Amino acid sequence: MTAHFVDQYKAFAANGGGGAPAWLRDLREGAIARFAAAGFPSTRQEQWRFTNVRPVAETPFTLSGGRWDLGRVPAGALVTTLGEALHRWPDLVRAHLGRYASVDANPFTALATAFLAEGVFVHIPARTVIAEPIALTYRPPSPPPAPSGGGRPMTHPRVLVVLEREAQAKLVESYEGEPHGVSLTNAVTEIVLGDAARLDHCRVQREGEQGYHFATTQSHQARDSRLVFTTIALGSGLSRHDINGVLDGTGAYLILNGLSVLAGSQHVDHHTTIDHAQPHCESHEYFNGVFDGASRGVFNGRIIVRPGAQRTDSKQTNNNLLLSDGARADSQPQLEIYADDVKCTHGSTVGPLDQTALFYLRSRGLGLAAARGLLTYGFGAEILDRVAIPGTRERLDHLVRTRLGVGDEIGRAA
Amino acid sequence: MKRETGQVMLEIRGLHASVEGNEILKGVDLTVHVGEVHAIMGPNGSGKSTLAQVLAGHPAYQVTAGTARYLGTDLLGLKPEERAREGVFLAFQYPVAIRGITNSYFLRSAVNALRKHQGLPELDPLDFLQVLEEKLKAIGWDDTMLNRAVNEGFSGGEKKRNEILQLAVLEPTLAILDETDSGLDIDALKTVADAVNKLRRPDRSFVIVTHYQRLLNYIIPDHVHVLVGGRIVKSGGKALALELEEKGYDWVKPEGAGAAT
Ligand SMILES: Nc1ncnc2c1ncn2[C@@H]1O[C@H](COP(=O)(O)OP(=O)(O)OP(=O)(O)O)[C@@H](O)[C@H]1O
Ligand SMILES: [Mg+2]
Repeated sequence: MTAHFVDQYKAFAANGGGGAPAWLRDLREGAIARFAAAGFPSTRQEQWRFTNVRPVAETPFTLSGGRWDLGRVPAGALVTTLGEALHRWPDLVRAHLGRYASVDANPFTALATAFLAEGVFVHIPARTVIAEPIALTYRPPSPPPAPSGGGRPMTHPRVLVVLEREAQAKLVESYEGEPHGVSLTNAVTEIVLGDAARLDHCRVQREGEQGYHFATTQSHQARDSRLVFTTIALGSGLSRHDINGVLDGTGAYLILNGLSVLAGSQHVDHHTTIDHAQPHCESHEYFNGVFDGASRGVFNGRIIVRPGAQRTDSKQTNNNLLLSDGARADSQPQLEIYADDVKCTHGSTVGPLDQTALFYLRSRGLGLAAARGLLTYGFGAEILDRVAIPGTRERLDHLVRTRLGVGDEIGRAA
Repeated sequence: MKRETGQVMLEIRGLHASVEGNEILKGVDLTVHVGEVHAIMGPNGSGKSTLAQVLAGHPAYQVTAGTARYLGTDLLGLKPEERAREGVFLAFQYPVAIRGITNSYFLRSAVNALRKHQGLPELDPLDFLQVLEEKLKAIGWDDTMLNRAVNEGFSGGEKKRNEILQLAVLEPTLAILDETDSGLDIDALKTVADAVNKLRRPDRSFVIVTHYQRLLNYIIPDHVHVLVGGRIVKSGGKALALELEEKGYDWVKPEGAGAAT
């Protein structure tokens, strides 16, 4: 079904593709050529072993447009649509857009880049500190009622975030969708941090449970920059999120947090790649998953330490809680270390609620239900506690509690 | 439940217990009166922790024969949480880490579970913090462990201290301490022993499992028992602990229970 998507592209390009400049048209052409050559990935490919994208490939999606809500823009920050940015700051956009998220690494990234049109540009000038969080919310179009067949919408929202040197900001990027209907969101976000820039970035995905959500988040960090990226996956029927971080300056620091809370027949696949390209960088990765019903989680954590990237300090943990016999989680570290003076640790767990921990809580007077709730909530809280964006921790806490069926009284900080 | 000095707090008779089909406890008899401190010693694998876990109600252990009565009620018929609410506390040999839940929240949940059971109003975070600070002051500790996740990344000694903090906050009637002294340095041992001594009361009893006579220099027991091969094979006063320290366990081992010399 690759041809259907290429045909959609041809129609899009023939329509003028949104009046894009020549370099962007070239970028798209290159991307669709790449997609056409690669086709949709199959489960025979190592990086797609656990995630079957056939249902996506076989759906005749129609290119559509979603809706971005840019919230209240804090003073000092530039937050605007990509269309507007291309028009007013063409050189700035051109210097970064599509430069980091590789169309070779993932056919979905290629597809998203081919259709690159709608999106958001965030730019924080050098030495500017923005305290108030920037909130970007994306809503895909409502799918048509189920029996009407064709015309299922696909969209390719794009975000480019650039923090110039010593700039600081906090950003919340949310994807929220209709509870029913089949749609495809294929998102790409590129994050660029200049020297000593700092970004707290939280991404929340709670699209409809019949939808497909594919995403690549690609970050690129210069020296002494600091990125805390947290992704919360609650929605979508089938989702795949590639998070790739390149530490490309000495002293760069990356924290990658993830929490998935799934139920029913949901499937989530997180593939992370942290590329230590320069010495003296630090990365910490904490991913937790809670899986109920017949849901399924996949985590693949790749860490590359390039030759010469001495004094790399990298830590990865992935803990998965299975709340039912039908749930499943697969966890795989993938370390590629080409330097000798490095510290890399990783660990993962998959299993039901710890019986010893349950007994421990009960032996302190907590009833069985309260003990279970507390242990389950702890899996989520451990990640949420790492979100340092004002107001966001509380909002997420509520969402996660609702998802877990854990009451408001459980786990509140004393 | 009422408790007066001289009254029997815990009465274990002919207790047999198994885990995964292996019989570990083979007829334990033990009587603890209100206000007493009992020490249980014995070689590795003799069943000390099994006895402690059975008394606290660990579901992995099956009681196959015998009884345990606590202040007149059938202890073994209660769920673990019911035993805790009735005042039975076990300080674990291997305390468990709880990810994502702060120590102070955990303590407050436990206290409120007890208060609810006693028909008292639950404490809100502020009231609780006040109670907690008083307890900490009483045992002479600071509050550095409160905002960390329960036992998560705690050192061995910190975990043991955390058990004693829970003991102080929950104010049980019967406290069972399973090797709370293991893994503590000399100073920490004194601190923990001090804390336990401050918690000694005429209406509270302790069962202290230990390998070391050293702890019993600080916490003076009323009775010392030796558990070997799933049975209490000898009981005596505090002098017995000294004797064991000197001679080891072989001389008290009964016929057929483990290796003879
Ligand atoms: N869950 C279990 N599954 C299988 N065997 C067990 C289990 N728990 C305890 N045992 C066995 O029961 C026996 C008694 O163990 P227990 O932990 O009660 O000994 P202990 O006296 O506390 O020893 P230590 O002094 O080393 O703490 C040991 O042989 C142990 O291996
Ligand atoms: Mg033991």
